[in-house]
Amino acid sequence: MVQKANTTQEIVEAPARVNQTKRFLKVFMGRGLVVFGLVIVFLFIFTAVFGSLFAPYSPVKINPGNRLESPSAQHWLGTDNFGRDTLSRLIHGAGNSLMVGVVAVGIAAVVGIIAGMLAGFFGGWINIVIMRIVDALMSFPMILLALLIAALLGSGLRNVMIALGVAMIPVYARLMCGQVLAIRENDYVLAGKSMGASSARLLFNHILPNSFPPLIVLVTMQIGSAILAEAGLSYLGIGITPPTPSWGAMVNDGFRFVITNPLLSFVPGLAIMLVVFAFSMVGDGLRDALDPRLRGTI
Amino acid sequence: MGSYIVRRIIQSIVVILIVTIMVFVGMRLLPGDPIFMLINPNQLQFMTQEELDRIRQEAGLDRPMVVQYFSWIGGVFRGDLGNSILTREPVTDALAQRIPITAYLGGLAFLIAIIIGIPAGIISAIRRGTWLDTVVTTFANLGITVPIFWAGIMLMWLFAVRLKWLPTSGFTSPFDDFWLSTQRLIMPVFCLSVFAIAGNCRQARSSMLEVLRQDYIRTAWSKGLKERAVIIRHALKNSLIPIVTLAGMGIAGIFGGSVLIEQVFNIPGMGRLAIDALFQHDYTYVQGITLVMTGIVVFSNLVIDLTYGWLDPRIRYN
Repeated sequence: MVQKANTTQEIVEAPARVNQTKRFLKVFMGRGLVVFGLVIVFLFIFTAVFGSLFAPYSPVKINPGNRLESPSAQHWLGTDNFGRDTLSRLIHGAGNSLMVGVVAVGIAAVVGIIAGMLAGFFGGWINIVIMRIVDALMSFPMILLALLIAALLGSGLRNVMIALGVAMIPVYARLMCGQVLAIRENDYVLAGKSMGASSARLLFNHILPNSFPPLIVLVTMQIGSAILAEAGLSYLGIGITPPTPSWGAMVNDGFRFVITNPLLSFVPGLAIMLVVFAFSMVGDGLRDALDPRLRGTI
Repeated sequence: MGSYIVRRIIQSIVVILIVTIMVFVGMRLLPGDPIFMLINPNQLQFMTQEELDRIRQEAGLDRPMVVQYFSWIGGVFRGDLGNSILTREPVTDALAQRIPITAYLGGLAFLIAIIIGIPAGIISAIRRGTWLDTVVTTFANLGITVPIFWAGIMLMWLFAVRLKWLPTSGFTSPFDDFWLSTQRLIMPVFCLSVFAIAGNCRQARSSMLEVLRQDYIRTAWSKGLKERAVIIRHALKNSLIPIVTLAGMGIAGIFGGSVLIEQVFNIPGMGRLAIDALFQHDYTYVQGITLVMTGIVVFSNLVIDLTYGWLDPRIRYN
């Protein structure tokens, strides 16, 4: 029964060369929920960018004649307290949500990545100062921090983006600091150093590009978190100033009429949840496809 | 271990001090002079500059910012958080009324999040790929994305307006009327815990999956141990550190949620106080609230860290 394997004559076939893009797409598109998320994200971005072209009505024009109407052929999702078309406000609100998400995450990522790189690469007192500030910011509920900054700057779209951007800096700083500490132990960094590369070159040409996988995942997920936090701020009345449509403020406006017109609060809230869920799923998918080892760390 | 404890305690105090400085300076950069909040606008036009200066001086707002900070932080060490700029009442009095309410709600939410979230994540990891896993992970993913203020409004509409099973909003102390208090707590506590349940569940699942891949788990299986022994004695023990650390970090999230939920359900806790104080530019309240919130968050994380430093020597040497 037992055959002695003739190892010398055994031909070991080299594993087929795996196409990186194909492998990425196979893992990424492998989960139904990730594909669903991707579809929603694309629809959301499309609506945000081109929404003003196909929204049926003006999002801000007050029309006292048809206040609080139920859904009808003219107004698919009904109208609000000022007679404004809910669907149109929802479509226009998408643009503001996306802008807040992208700009806030942009601010947080740029400042956080630089702070994290400095802390991780130079260590010593630079690390101590930066990381203690990061700890301090993290021991603070993010929404309260954003509230404090928004109160400081005043409400409005621009200030909300800054407030959320600052509030999200610590996450990037901490991730990047950890990345630098791990990556700089690699031989290619040592090789670069021994060839006389400057610190800036090592950081931006070697360490930063190698940190892209976890950063891309974090950015994707954080866009969703920023949209969620903006909704919270606008709900509290410190976010985007009326009459500019914001999904969070729409939930709050509808709250007063929840007994007669629950749809007014329900629809924008559902939109927030759907979009945040979609970004989170796409982030999950990217993480599994880019680097399965990151599972659980982000 | 001794030096590790001292180092962590010093770090925690530094973190709290940084927060107080940031909030102190931040509040004073707010646009608008709080002194105009103290005066009835009708009286303002009849007031002379001397009278304004006198009021400013009484409120202590004429001194340099550094002096104001040290006088405030000095008071903190004596248990005095200063007086409200608007009502002149001691901040500690208001906080003594508000903290128990938020702590009660938040504490319940924190416990529920641990009791439901962690076992759900562990079971989902053990039964990976089954329908149970799919259901649990889907709910966990939805839980971290739902806007809790919206969930609160929708629950209120369903259970209070439509079904009339629960009172809409408000707060009753459990010592006054336990049954009514519990009825009123159900929706807000559920909303507060949703995010933490989902977060704990996701963390527990991925941490458990990580451990289940390890060689020592394969060894445990191959020497014929029962599933219960492999999971509880070998896998669970080793996966708990990141789970509990993250659950502890969830405390900050619960405080953040209380700002929104207390607004939705009209609960007179610290979150509501924080919003009101921010809108009114009442420096001393905002300083007091942030100090207490950060203190609780930092202290609980310190306790968790020290426990693990004691259990796991690798942590204290890092």
